[in-house]
Amino acid sequence: MSDKYEHQLRKMISAVGEGRLSRRNFVRKMIAVGLTAPIASQLLTNSGIAVAQTPFKYAPTKRGGGGALKLLYWQGPTLLNPHFATGSKDQEGSRVFYEPLASWDGEGNLQAFLAAEIPSKENGGVAADNMSVTWKLKQGVKWHDGKPFTADDVVFNWEYVNDPATAAVSVGLYKDCTVEKIDTHTIKVVFKKPTPFWASAFVGFYGQIIPKHLFEDFRGAKSREAPTNLKPVGTGAFKYVDFKPGDILKAELNPDYHQQNKPHFDTLEIKGGGDAVSAARAVLQTGEYDFAWNMQVEDEILLKLEQGGKGRVDIVQGGNVEFIAINNTDPNVEVDGERSSLKTTHPTLSDKAVRQALNLLVDRNSVEKFIYGRTGKATAAFVNNPVRFRSAKTFEFNIEKANDILEKAGWVKGADGIRAKDGKKLKFLFQTSINAPRQKTQAIIKQACQKAGIDLELKSIVASVFFSSDVANPDTYPHFYADLEMFTTTQGQPDPEEFLRQFLTAEAATKDNKWQGRNLTRYRNPAFDEALKAASSELDPVKRAALLIKCNDIVIDDITVIPVLARPAVEAVANNLRCQLSSWDVLNYDNASWYREA
Amino acid sequence: MWNYLLRRILIAIPSLMGISLVLFIVLALAPGDPFSELTTNPNVPPEVAASLRAKFGLDDPILVRYWRWLLAMIHGDWGFSFASRVNVDQLILQRLPATLFVVGASQLLALAIAIPVGVIAASRPYSLFDQVANTFAFVGFSLPTFFTGLVLILVFSVQLDWLPFVFRSDIAATGWRWYWENVRQAIMPVSVLALFQASSMTRFVRSAVLDVIRLDYVTTARAKGLGEGVVIRKHVVRNALIPVVTLVALQMPAVFGGAIVTEQIFRVPGIGSLLITAILANDTPVVMSVTFVFACLVVLSNLIADILYGWLDPRIKFN
Repeated sequence: MSDKYEHQLRKMISAVGEGRLSRRNFVRKMIAVGLTAPIASQLLTNSGIAVAQTPFKYAPTKRGGGGALKLLYWQGPTLLNPHFATGSKDQEGSRVFYEPLASWDGEGNLQAFLAAEIPSKENGGVAADNMSVTWKLKQGVKWHDGKPFTADDVVFNWEYVNDPATAAVSVGLYKDCTVEKIDTHTIKVVFKKPTPFWASAFVGFYGQIIPKHLFEDFRGAKSREAPTNLKPVGTGAFKYVDFKPGDILKAELNPDYHQQNKPHFDTLEIKGGGDAVSAARAVLQTGEYDFAWNMQVEDEILLKLEQGGKGRVDIVQGGNVEFIAINNTDPNVEVDGERSSLKTTHPTLSDKAVRQALNLLVDRNSVEKFIYGRTGKATAAFVNNPVRFRSAKTFEFNIEKANDILEKAGWVKGADGIRAKDGKKLKFLFQTSINAPRQKTQAIIKQACQKAGIDLELKSIVASVFFSSDVANPDTYPHFYADLEMFTTTQGQPDPEEFLRQFLTAEAATKDNKWQGRNLTRYRNPAFDEALKAASSELDPVKRAALLIKCNDIVIDDITVIPVLARPAVEAVANNLRCQLSSWDVLNYDNASWYREA
Repeated sequence: MWNYLLRRILIAIPSLMGISLVLFIVLALAPGDPFSELTTNPNVPPEVAASLRAKFGLDDPILVRYWRWLLAMIHGDWGFSFASRVNVDQLILQRLPATLFVVGASQLLALAIAIPVGVIAASRPYSLFDQVANTFAFVGFSLPTFFTGLVLILVFSVQLDWLPFVFRSDIAATGWRWYWENVRQAIMPVSVLALFQASSMTRFVRSAVLDVIRLDYVTTARAKGLGEGVVIRKHVVRNALIPVVTLVALQMPAVFGGAIVTEQIFRVPGIGSLLITAILANDTPVVMSVTFVFACLVVLSNLIADILYGWLDPRIKFN
């Protein structure tokens, strides 16, 4: 199966090379089959097709003069060390001051920040055996305190993060590589095994680089005491002025910034607190602020506020998917002190006909139309940008067909209207977190299921419990002591291999690993495990991509999960603010190029 | 008097210990995890959250953690926030000015409205003024602050565009402009809180004055030929306000504790909004400190109220 994909991929790549297929369309097609924009663009780079820059016209012709840029976050940043950032609010805050070597723009292209150029096989940056990558650093970059930025800083970040006592959240990027200094402005990342997807260390929001001379004495257990944790000294377009955790972050233009004519704004301010609706109001209706982050607001309200005329709603497609996970194990039988144990199989959901029927009973269009509006797009794929996907794989809402499938598989309706076979009834416990749109979605699905002879018992759990890692609480989503559960999963990372690990047998959440395994559905399929294993050691990027597409297909064809909606990032932006947003990095990743139209 | 004070303080210590123990256990047993955002993020290896939990001592038994907290508290160490890794006392000090300004101003405004209105209403009971004042008091008392807050925002920010509805702790201006901007942004939150407070206080002042105004010594004062103004000011209000002073003293904790709902609506960076974000983020050290300080203030202001009462009313003896 993966040979077929490989062949098609090669054809498409050469089509891009010859100019028959646009780069952008190629990326969209890749997203449609479960890859991410960054990996798609890397496929092209590896095949010798030059890196494109997403066209974003930066109009200002001089540095400064743009006045104040005011951002409103209903959850303000609470700390400013990128290696400790617990959520996107903290990553957004650190990114005002710190930069990585390179990052992904909205189309998945690598954009250089502290790197002089993007490494490739042609310029000798990426080793032919995929065992290392050499980064040339930009010359003449200065930290905000005037000290020069050199290779020592970059190497230091790797050491800092890899100290287990530091407990850095970015350790995932750095644990499988070593970093060497070649000269003052060149570093080499050496991987432990061939790594075709080399752009991970020092790239994106976890790749932000902190200065050696200010953090050197505060590693490991002492990392909390560093004064620079709260008063960052970075290389970015804005310098630190003031910070009150959760309340306000103020920054001013960096006159020594390393990109010409940038930034446009003289000051930048992130105000935190309050709620999403009033944040939207402050941008769209009163124009008190220029930008509001993460508008978790019903679309109906956003539309009404947009009539205020001061701003617009920007929707950034990303990899967030609201989906229903199907339990492969039996949540009602306890084995060795745990339910949903790997030693059991689900009595009814293990029948593929039942899963097919459930997939047909999710009325995605109604959920989109009546609940989420612009802030959710119906989807049939787990990892995708939906627009392109609809042509390839479609979803259907069809009660009759569901009834038909169940009838043929021998599930017969009883006196109570519920289908049963061999004395086992189609009764399921369907859980999710407490959140008005989710409860409405649950109700829509329950109604359809009723008509097909499936009885759903709905359960909603407080979000702080559902999404916690509390080992003792059976109501958390990794325990999955229910038949079905619904939540949103994030494809924040550019390499889909990490994301697909949540279907590996070895990753199953169990009592033994304190339910920290990523595989919640307890899906076990040797064919999938093998394909993903092959992908992780495959050196040829095209073959690897083909294998990853295959993995995604296995999961979808098996109906291990029922994708419901793709949930893009929704932001409120002032009408005259021009900004480039990316869902593969934090929203203000390129705040140096934001400007206000006169 | 000093004996009484000493006795009260000695009683306060075990009760504060009890309060802190209950608070700590309730928080420890409450569901939630300060690092839940890390555990749901596929990019962060599970070991990171586990080692953070170990590093911050979250895996130890509750009583061990409580003992550690108590010892630190006695030494004046309030712990540090899991969310921002800053010492809690520093966080609270950052938030205190906004709360003192907004809640304090609203209390003063409430008093400035409630005392004259209550006194006038009581000196002419069942007059038109009294009826109107009573009606307003009931309306103000029944409307929750989140409702009046939103109405004010809709009218003065959205429709008229007169006032900002995002409160900012550091205003980039100097001199008179700085004062003016601060007053302008405080108008709405202060009036929302003041109206709510003034309504209940007006009712209280009115009934306190009514109790006094019918007493014989007031009739005597009038019979002496004193003017109505002097009778009210010197003889009625002075005695009627004794219970009001107690009420104000008991309100003191609220001035420091902030107003959770109103602070959230107007984004006032005060103690109330610190508490609510800390609760949502499961940042237990911050929640613990804020609630414990609040408990201390309640105990302390009760003591102050009792002492004030005795000082204002010589009939009360501390024995």
